Amino acid sequence: MSNFEYAPAPESTAIVDIKSEYGLFINGKFVAPKSGKRFASINPATEEVLAKVAYANLADVNLAVTAARNAFTKVWSKMPAAERGKYLFRIARILQERAREFAVLESLDNGKPIRESRDTDIPLAAAHFFYHAGWADKLDHAGMGNSPKPYGVAGQIIPWNFPMLMLAWKVAPALATGNTVVLKPAETTPLTALLFAEVCQQAGLPAGVVNIVTGDGTTGSHIVNHPGVDKIAFTGSTGVGKAIAKAVAGTKKSVTLELGGKAANIVYEDAPIDEAVEGIVNGIFFNQGHVCCAGSRLLVQENVQDELLEKLKRRMSLIRVGSPLDKNTDLGAINSATQLARIREISDSGDLEGAERWSPACNLPQKGFWYPPTIFTGVSQSHRIAREEIFGPVLSVLTFRTPQEAIEKANNTPYGLSAGVWTDKGSKILWTAQRLRAGVIWANTFNKFDPTSPFGGYKESGWGREGGRHGLAGYLKAGN
Amino acid sequence: MRIDVMKTYKLFINGQFPRSESGRVYELNDAKGKFLANPAHGSRKDLRDSVVAARAAFSSWSSATAYNRGQILYRIAEIMEGRSEQFVAEIVAQEGVTSAVAKKQVEEAIDTWVWYAGWTDKISVLNGSTNPVAGPYYNFTIPEALGVVAIFADGKPSLLNLVNGLAPVIASGNTAILIASEKFPLSAITLAESLATSDLPAGVINIITGKTAELVSWTGSHMDIDGIDASGLTSKQLKEVEELGAENLKRIHTFEGKRNPLRISSFMESKTVWHPVGI
Repeated sequence: MSNFEYAPAPESTAIVDIKSEYGLFINGKFVAPKSGKRFASINPATEEVLAKVAYANLADVNLAVTAARNAFTKVWSKMPAAERGKYLFRIARILQERAREFAVLESLDNGKPIRESRDTDIPLAAAHFFYHAGWADKLDHAGMGNSPKPYGVAGQIIPWNFPMLMLAWKVAPALATGNTVVLKPAETTPLTALLFAEVCQQAGLPAGVVNIVTGDGTTGSHIVNHPGVDKIAFTGSTGVGKAIAKAVAGTKKSVTLELGGKAANIVYEDAPIDEAVEGIVNGIFFNQGHVCCAGSRLLVQENVQDELLEKLKRRMSLIRVGSPLDKNTDLGAINSATQLARIREISDSGDLEGAERWSPACNLPQKGFWYPPTIFTGVSQSHRIAREEIFGPVLSVLTFRTPQEAIEKANNTPYGLSAGVWTDKGSKILWTAQRLRAGVIWANTFNKFDPTSPFGGYKESGWGREGGRHGLAGYLKAGN
Repeated sequence: MRIDVMKTYKLFINGQFPRSESGRVYELNDAKGKFLANPAHGSRKDLRDSVVAARAAFSSWSSATAYNRGQILYRIAEIMEGRSEQFVAEIVAQEGVTSAVAKKQVEEAIDTWVWYAGWTDKISVLNGSTNPVAGPYYNFTIPEALGVVAIFADGKPSLLNLVNGLAPVIASGNTAILIASEKFPLSAITLAESLATSDLPAGVINIITGKTAELVSWTGSHMDIDGIDASGLTSKQLKEVEELGAENLKRIHTFEGKRNPLRISSFMESKTVWHPVGI
């Protein structure tokens, strides 16, 4: 097989103006942190510092919550719902106008390929605002009774894997339902949230409706424990999710949690194998596998394993790993040194426990954080790589003989976020989908998202749904 | 003069009426302070046995047709109607209300089963959707039963509260462990006798009587319980059960008011399925 060489096709970074230093966005303005501290956000592909951002301590969080409370009581809750919705429409449109700028900044700060930030993250973020804008004056039809009420101040904590998209998943429904927001972006990916603050200013959003505080887990815990916060929305690890659930026990705070997963991707013998291979690659290598719903456990019917693995390996050898800003890149940089260490540690346990590792030959850049696309075969259900969320480009391959066995193995996990099923037989898809204990089932596809489509997990993958009519429930107190 | 035949009030686990494996009972007096009964003082092992029974019953109950579940809920109402007098007598003894008030409560409890019987095949319409995604995919969301749900029944009105908790939970296909009110447990056991003769499969509803304070921590920390209706708990007990329940992210809710489809949907999960459209 001949390999064509690709000429570099880098996306220009000239479109984005990164400041050397950022403040906190509180009450409509960028302000210096009371903490007096700043921390660096780096480009994970080069390890260069992109900017210094403010560290929010308790005093800063207090100011943000107060601003959000004032905005809620004095402005946002009094505004006619249709007018509230128009601000969301404005935000959606400005995000579309500035989409390229956001995409470049996202790839710089996060390490994801520009193809993904440009074609998936940013367009979907804008779509989420546009979708929820229309809900603002239709909440009587949201299935929450007549005149459902917002909680008040929503504290929102988002992860680093889809920084701007997760912001949209949180902020859009909160604002549409009439809540105000204190948002904390992830420590390693704060820059697009800070650019979003500028969008709020351009949209003329009233001061204090959205406040953005940058910081670490301690900053997050100040938000969770703040008595002035009425609703917590968190996306991140199951461990932190449980700690939040414990912290709010006995309070009136409403909580939604979007947590980890270990999705089974089931390939039956009658599946279209070439399409399944594309789906497997998309399922685990999309966004470097930094995806809570990643198809990280491939369950393949035993009699088609050899054929499938041969095709999968051939396809994996064509994956282009490298600069996130190159338009031909398929797999970008791992988001941080910490995450890279975690991927290495769990993957190495696969070697130790007797699974067989395979990666295509690929030249990883010298600087930055990188991990090659990897599969493990001969994995048993007790292996750590079959049980724990790796959150990296590492696929565990298990086999099954009967559909019943596939279901047993797929459901043998405390997680229940997503699953995939590949077969040409319609009744088998529905039979399988019925039995999988997971919130999102992709049949003959994988990793598809849409603002109209509820997303969220069974079991220890979380509480509640985001998107669709179902997602509004997390931000509304039921009416009459 | 005839001596009454007094009833032994036992637990209801997996369709059987065992005594507590611990051999314990507690003394219960009526509203006037006179000895009424020795209900079982359920143990942690009794609770665990109930969870095993409920888990085993979940697969077939949740996959039964909604029509079938609706008929069984309706059948419970039929059987209770025939036992009304016994329910009335126990409510009068426990709560100290007049028989007219008790009768009204029993009637409302029976009618509540009928109301939820009609919901089994309609809740999907309320909580399901087809979602117009921006792409060539057919996408729909359906509600599904959560799993094993524990219900802490509130005190008075003792029978009605049991039904308000149980009916919506099992209507959608969940299986249940009802933890009876410590002060007013008799209606729960008599309800079990109705359930045992109403086509309800063994294990779908299990009933434990005993000390709420003990059962709160055992229930909150049990890793095979998926949800809790904590309406009958004090705020301190609610905090405890929420803290313990965080370990496996139990869905914990409390309810005010009576019949409400939100009581059904609170103990359901939403599943969204995507499939490409093409030729």
